[in-house]
Amino acid sequence: MTDRAEHPAARRRYGGLTLGAVAPWVIGALLLAVMPYVFASNSAITIMNQMAITIVFALSYNMLLGQGGMLSFGHAVYMGVGGFGAMHVMNWMEQGVIALPLPVLPLIAGLFGLGFAAAIGIFSTRRAGTVFAMISLGIGELVASSSVIVVAFFGGEEGVSGDRTYGLPVFGHDFGSQTEIYYLIAGWLLISALLMYLFSRTPVGRMANAVRDNPERAEFLGYSARWVRYYSFCASGFFAGIAGGLFAVNYEILTAENLDLNTSGTILLITFLGGTGFFFGPIIGAIVFTLLQTVLSLHTDLWQLYVGALFVLTVMFFPGGLAGVIMMHVPPWRYGKVRALIRPYLAAVLPAAVGLLGLASFLEVLFHLRNAARGEEGMTLLWVHFSSHDPLVWGVIIVVTVAAFWLARRNAPALRAAWDFANTPPGADEARP
Amino acid sequence: MDMVLVNLIDGLVTGLLLFMLSSGLTLIFSMMGVLNFAHASFYMLGAYFAYQISTYVGFWPGLFIAPVLVGLIGAMIERYGLRRVHQYGHVPELIFTFGLALLMEEVVQFFWGKNQLPYESPKILDFTLFSIAGNAIPAYKMFIIFAAMGIFLALLYVLTKTRIGLIIQAALRHPRTVEALGHNVPFVFMGVFGVGTGLAGLAGVIAGPELGTFPGMAALLGSIVFVTIVIGGLGSLWGALLASLLIGWITTFAVAYNVAFADILEALGLSRPADLASSAWRDLWTLTMPQIGPILPYLLMIIVLVFRPYGLFGKRDL
Repeated sequence: MTDRAEHPAARRRYGGLTLGAVAPWVIGALLLAVMPYVFASNSAITIMNQMAITIVFALSYNMLLGQGGMLSFGHAVYMGVGGFGAMHVMNWMEQGVIALPLPVLPLIAGLFGLGFAAAIGIFSTRRAGTVFAMISLGIGELVASSSVIVVAFFGGEEGVSGDRTYGLPVFGHDFGSQTEIYYLIAGWLLISALLMYLFSRTPVGRMANAVRDNPERAEFLGYSARWVRYYSFCASGFFAGIAGGLFAVNYEILTAENLDLNTSGTILLITFLGGTGFFFGPIIGAIVFTLLQTVLSLHTDLWQLYVGALFVLTVMFFPGGLAGVIMMHVPPWRYGKVRALIRPYLAAVLPAAVGLLGLASFLEVLFHLRNAARGEEGMTLLWVHFSSHDPLVWGVIIVVTVAAFWLARRNAPALRAAWDFANTPPGADEARP
Repeated sequence: MDMVLVNLIDGLVTGLLLFMLSSGLTLIFSMMGVLNFAHASFYMLGAYFAYQISTYVGFWPGLFIAPVLVGLIGAMIERYGLRRVHQYGHVPELIFTFGLALLMEEVVQFFWGKNQLPYESPKILDFTLFSIAGNAIPAYKMFIIFAAMGIFLALLYVLTKTRIGLIIQAALRHPRTVEALGHNVPFVFMGVFGVGTGLAGLAGVIAGPELGTFPGMAALLGSIVFVTIVIGGLGSLWGALLASLLIGWITTFAVAYNVAFADILEALGLSRPADLASSAWRDLWTLTMPQIGPILPYLLMIIVLVFRPYGLFGKRDL
């Protein structure tokens, strides 16, 4: 598909510290440090905290799905077990049983996650693919259902809650404010993201890729596919536990909801939406999903419908996710042909976006027509106030949507031609007869 | 002893309803090698369609129209969705059906709202057929049992005695050879997917009045159906039947008999801790059978997967 033949001298050497390898991390760290000053409002910091926790969780999930080829329907369990463990330690800190500074808590939660994953992984990682998916589903449902039975650990219906301010103060901070918590979470995000990245570069991480692609061949090379999977699984459980610890520190409560299939499914959705093929995919997925969740849910009751549709369409048409779409543009960039894409993109994608917006408006108006209280006809969409019973509104929406999709369809061949042109290396046209 | 009989009938109803779902799922799996995560969503769709039809023309037409509609939708999804994703491999296929399950729940909520619908069994079956030791057995339960039995026999007949069934069975084993003999295998796949989802829809039509018609009904049964076909052995119709009945009875009996674990522990010679509230083992002492009933199927599945990955009746590995 893409031409990957590079000049030997330009080939990246692994192992050495290069500017290109360090720069993204330095930029990321600076960005994390500056963010609370750019978005200083309380709600923004709450969203960023949630985002950071989701990023850690999604990255740990991608260690399984993307790097190890293991599809899990019960990853929330490891985050949950870590989180519940952290809550108990937090409560011990409050009771004075042990004295620890709060920033250590996620590490303890990680160890809880690691321990649970190490126990489960012994039998669940024997096989990849469907068997692994089914066992993970079974374990997930098992733990989620036993959360109301094992009250001593999971706290039953009301969950386990605590107070985070009883830890040993760190340089005078007791982590009462959201900003202090933000820096704690951001710090752990940076550390765990870096560790997960480095793990993917170790021989075990590399072998996980090999086992994902061709377990038989990896076994012929002398590696046990099962144990390679087991190590990835344990590492993934550890980082999921860290995410759970961060969740405990941030929200100070964990309930049965943190364990159920819904949470496990959401993290699958986030990771796949972001893209499983690249390390930074889940990060994009977590950021986009959290934004969608907070922004869309403020404006519409149908946001889950849109997210579901987006997910299904992503699986069907862009199995590489958002990261895959971004990385598709690297070859044209390298050939210096990105500019040839701009006009066809505007001509095709802009009408398609308008069409999708029109379709969404149609659903919104239909939903309002069916579900609003009797007599209440007025609704506001895209800053326009109108009556959902007005035929004119329906007419405008339908005409605009159909026209936009027609335009997008008409311009699609031009985009395809431009895409093919942009993906041809310079000079290749003359070389081939 | 009478209670045993009542529970046997209740378990049979649950088990046969499960079987109507699992039979389609296991057929689809043995054809395409993909576990359809959205299978229970088709079941839900069947119940909702039947409710909508029943508001216009009553229960009985819905019993026939709704499954056909669901089957058509299933066939369309196979043709335009699953077949496209198939090229990427099995894991994306599983993810696709998972997304489909999410989407269908949202679509159902979009059209019918979040509340339970007043979908009821037909008036003609609304009487007590007979009673065992004071426990009334409604006629509708017997209707479910006979309907499910009829479907099983029909399915068995079609699969083993007819020409279509032979082609399907052949396409399971050697799709390329069947294709070379001039049969349209992708069309057979689409048909099996349509029939399987239609069966799930039929189960929904029948189960809707009994178990309730609400947006969570798919999620409630979805995982259990998986458990069933994994225990029974993927691709095996008899295995699906056996596992469905097994799970139906296990869950019914677990809920019916209130055995406290404290009694078992004391019978084993353990003594109850004096200060139960602060003991780490307090949950073990307060545990009862109805509490662990819902998790027994999952436990069973994990045990089966660990010790016998091809299930009770399955011929091939997952």
